[in-house]
Amino acid sequence: MLWQIEIALKPGQLDPEGQTVKSEAEAIGISGIEEVRRVRVFVIQTELGREQVERIADRLLSDPVVDRYAVGEPVLDESRSDLQIVQVVRKPGVMDPVEASTLKGIADMGLRASAVRTARKYYIYGSLAAADAKRIGEKVLANDIIEHLILGGEKIHEITTGSKTPFEKLVVPLLEADEGEMERISREGVLSLNLAEMKTIQDYYEKLGRNPTDVELETLAQTWSEHCVHKTFRGIINYNGEIIDNLLKQTVMRVTRELDKPWCLSVFEDNSGVIEFDEDWGVAFKVETHNHPSALEPYGGAGTGIGGVIRDPMGTGMGAKPILNTDVFCFGPPDYPPHKLPKAVMHPRRIMRGVVAGVRDYGNRMGIPTANGAVFFDERYVGNCLVYCGNLALIPRDGCEKAARPGDLVVVVGGRTGRDGIHGATFASVELHEETSSSHVQIGNAIMEKKMRDVLLVARDRGWYSCITDCGAGGLSSAVGEMGKDIGAEVDLATVPLKYDGLTYTEMWISEAQERMVIAVPPEHEQALHELCASENVESTTLGRYTDSGRLVLHYQREQVCDLEMDFLHNGVPRLERKAEWSEPALKEPHLPAKTDYGEDLKNILGSWNVCSKEWIIRQYDHEVQGASVLKPLVGAENDGPGDACIVAPVLGSRRGLVVSNGMNPKYGLIDPYHMAASAIDEALRNLVAGGGDLERAALLDNFSWGNPDKPDRLGGLVRAARACYDVAKAYGTPFVSGKDSLNNEYQVDGGTIAVPPSLLISAMGVMHDVTKAVSMDAKQPGNLVFVVGLTKDELGGSHYYDIHGELGRNVPQVDTDLGLRVFTALSRATAAGLVRACHDCSEGGIAVAAAEMAFAGGLGMRFDLAKVPCSAEAQEDAKLLFSESNSRFIVEVEPGKVEAFCDAMTAASCAQVGTITDDGTFAVTGLGGDTVIRESIIGLKESWQAPLRW
Amino acid sequence: MTVKTLIIRTAGTNCDLETKFAFERAGSEVSLLHINRVNEKPSLLDEHQVLALPGGFSYGDDIAAGKILANELRMELGDRLKKFVDSGKLVIGICNGFQVLARAGLLPGPVTRDTQQPVTLPFNDSNKFEDRWVYLRADSGKSPLINKGEMIYLPVAHAEGKFLTKDDATLNAIRDNDQIIFRYVDRDGRTEAQYPANPNGSVDDIAGICDPTGRVLGLMPHPERHVLPTQHPRWTREGVKPEGDGMQIFRNAVRYFV
Repeated sequence: MLWQIEIALKPGQLDPEGQTVKSEAEAIGISGIEEVRRVRVFVIQTELGREQVERIADRLLSDPVVDRYAVGEPVLDESRSDLQIVQVVRKPGVMDPVEASTLKGIADMGLRASAVRTARKYYIYGSLAAADAKRIGEKVLANDIIEHLILGGEKIHEITTGSKTPFEKLVVPLLEADEGEMERISREGVLSLNLAEMKTIQDYYEKLGRNPTDVELETLAQTWSEHCVHKTFRGIINYNGEIIDNLLKQTVMRVTRELDKPWCLSVFEDNSGVIEFDEDWGVAFKVETHNHPSALEPYGGAGTGIGGVIRDPMGTGMGAKPILNTDVFCFGPPDYPPHKLPKAVMHPRRIMRGVVAGVRDYGNRMGIPTANGAVFFDERYVGNCLVYCGNLALIPRDGCEKAARPGDLVVVVGGRTGRDGIHGATFASVELHEETSSSHVQIGNAIMEKKMRDVLLVARDRGWYSCITDCGAGGLSSAVGEMGKDIGAEVDLATVPLKYDGLTYTEMWISEAQERMVIAVPPEHEQALHELCASENVESTTLGRYTDSGRLVLHYQREQVCDLEMDFLHNGVPRLERKAEWSEPALKEPHLPAKTDYGEDLKNILGSWNVCSKEWIIRQYDHEVQGASVLKPLVGAENDGPGDACIVAPVLGSRRGLVVSNGMNPKYGLIDPYHMAASAIDEALRNLVAGGGDLERAALLDNFSWGNPDKPDRLGGLVRAARACYDVAKAYGTPFVSGKDSLNNEYQVDGGTIAVPPSLLISAMGVMHDVTKAVSMDAKQPGNLVFVVGLTKDELGGSHYYDIHGELGRNVPQVDTDLGLRVFTALSRATAAGLVRACHDCSEGGIAVAAAEMAFAGGLGMRFDLAKVPCSAEAQEDAKLLFSESNSRFIVEVEPGKVEAFCDAMTAASCAQVGTITDDGTFAVTGLGGDTVIRESIIGLKESWQAPLRW
Repeated sequence: MTVKTLIIRTAGTNCDLETKFAFERAGSEVSLLHINRVNEKPSLLDEHQVLALPGGFSYGDDIAAGKILANELRMELGDRLKKFVDSGKLVIGICNGFQVLARAGLLPGPVTRDTQQPVTLPFNDSNKFEDRWVYLRADSGKSPLINKGEMIYLPVAHAEGKFLTKDDATLNAIRDNDQIIFRYVDRDGRTEAQYPANPNGSVDDIAGICDPTGRVLGLMPHPERHVLPTQHPRWTREGVKPEGDGMQIFRNAVRYFV
């Protein structure tokens, strides 16, 4: 029978979650709430009697110190008139790891139960209407994509599981289809195959003289998806009349080929890019986006985003051990007026909370520090947030190659397959709109991934598999298809381990259920491999074998349901031909009157969403697990200043380190995507150099998030950005080792779409010989001298200074790679020689913001003189010198005794002593006219910077 | 004599390797074993002098942090663990390990069959996971792992770490019995610290306690994350010290047997 156990905190115990719900409800304008109390609900299906169920409630489910519980009845009084009850239950099929853990706990007690279901019940006290309780349910507590809302205290009556569906082999009538019919098949099946591709498939089957099965068509759609093959980047582009054959090869990959660095161990061919770390190890890095799922279900979307990108290095070469996560988010402004939200779009504040919680819970549970990231806010991200997740991992240097061999077994390891995440790969090519809601979203289970990682690393070191890849977009279809690409594979779908009954064979094949890896196991190791997995409670199943037939063959219940040539599957996709245009937008520079005091402007920039402290996010991430952290994301006298790059020393006991940073400037992209991309590369490398890294052993990753590439203006911007990637990375000698693009980031609203700003994230990693040479950005010592390195130009276009005044401008920062290279090289050498006491990257908000951050992070004052700042002739104005965001610049603190040596080291770079660190707690700037143009207390400046996101 | 430490891991354990590193640096031999191996052969415990339960999210912290593992330990190894402690050996639980020891009834102890768990570590007052550095003062000399009066600086990283007792009598008992090993203090060593010096709202600023023998220690902060000088969040300001503050705990564990 079903027993319902309810658990509440004892009266008088603080209910932190209840308090959070109350404040979030108030934030969406609901008043009259006195208190919210949360009750945990467990529904247990068991033959046990009341006494034993009471024992489970008492000994396993409740905490005797703080909780009280009730079996078979409500734990709290439900008769109060000032009470509204809202319950949240996961929809059938949505993963809930607590259920499995509870069953384990019951079994450990020597008892038996057959199923468990959990729910959350909220008691909202106060004078509010039922409609308000419903709103809290919808806007704060539940997401109807994965959860079911129950208003009132009703008990849960059943635990639904799937039921078996009869097998029916489906054949798609493609041969008879006309163009309209083909488009309908593609659209209704969420195949995202265009007409040319559908026709290619039709021709192929015409030759075979039969129609495709549904699973064959699905397999083609997954494999040919933009997500998997980057059709746009690899296609043919007509750009303002010029033909570009394969943009990726012409730009990003070309840099790497031409630079030909011997320390690049695996680039653009595996699930992540690998460079050499030390004699024994390489380091793999991959960054992915998970934009659409995060817009629909922020917590699950972001969690599975990080979970997925962790599996990329795990599936690189023979498998790598994750050591660091990165995260970069783009949201609408947290104070966006709710009434302006397009229908069915969540408020940015809720999206942000959910995304942060998703990354937090997955990364923390996996035991991977999240220590580098950034957040950008812009109204164009309201309908389409961007969630970039990255992972770095250590890989044995001799384990970067892999290949499945005919005769090896197809083995899936980790989680079971469910109906979650069907069509993720093809869904990525669809524009979001108000009716988008579906099974594309999943909830991750980090512990499953962690224990899978634990056994796979052991199996790797014992040589028990010959190839590994992650089961990500496209599910088994992509994983098996890719591993068997050059040989062939045969799988019996009836062997796929399922979470519940009711899946069709096609769903089993393309489900993107999380936490699965596919390995190729030589038969002699099969038993040992399965035993190893079982010994740590990880499921592993043999699904089939790799063959030498050159075909992908699937069976289900003794019938052949798929027989595709690997060659057609992987090489048959017709190349896309698209038009791209770009013309300079008609923009002009605004005329902002000169001021005598820029203190308010400085505070406004420090307090703007993009610049303000992200401590609220950073502290929720475990950024120190694994014990490798050397330069943390928060630095300074109070451990709360904004660090530039993060540095880890991942081999405990060794001083060799890894510097990781990022650069991104979506606002510049509104003026010119070329300079946006150039600036992003410069910024990522600048951060790397600021912390003590250098360009000698630095590599880059590109992640483009763009609008719809069918629109020539969007694609034109993409071409420009990609070209900048080639020009700047080549000049700096820093190869790209991996990248990814996410297109179609547009949201359909009445009469049009809103595209995200051109958003290129550049991630950088560098190897450092000795991490004790690292430098943090906080000012260290009164009496030390302050230098500006690099040249300040009249480049306020897209700046934060213009932004706080509601302007965009035209003079977007450009990159002078000759000067930049001299600046970076000289500064790296000076840092390595121990001449630099503090160094901060100068970017958003310009010199004024960088210098102020340095001062308040160190708890010290600073005085400097704008007249001494190296600058171009056009930049000779106070506002420009303070706030211009010119590239390749740093603020550096140097001890008096080292000034001479520092200046000698910096002769090739533009560099000048501009001021000193003081002990008076004041940030004071002298303008060109000799008067003080900023005089603020560092406490006030820090408060402006910390206040906005002190949630 | 070689001191042997057993570190038990399970699904979701994630501070095991750095804990192993710290014990090895202190001169111990370390066996890092999945709990299934220990359940299969409980006599493995007898081969070691120190048992360490590292940090992480054992079984996802489902139901409550450390709860499933605590239940498993109690049911599978309860008597063995009691014997282990009674024979003069050491147990340390860090973060999730502390949550496990408290929920398994090993802390504050003494272990008796079927005692109601008298202390707990529920959600932080801030209702969120937080990673931050805290100052700790050793207020008791009862644990061989730290000298009374030491002030050390370690990070906490948890969502559930607010130490509470079921009543004042329990609190008074562990206080009177000198079982409060670590208290959260501010930079100047003062107690009654406000958030964030006391990062989770723990009663009486309690960060770590021991059992009546002093040989079982549980603490929320992570000593294994401050064994190297470059792990200190301000080493770039304050200089590279010979080693991190947490190292002495591991060294003392080894020294106890030598």
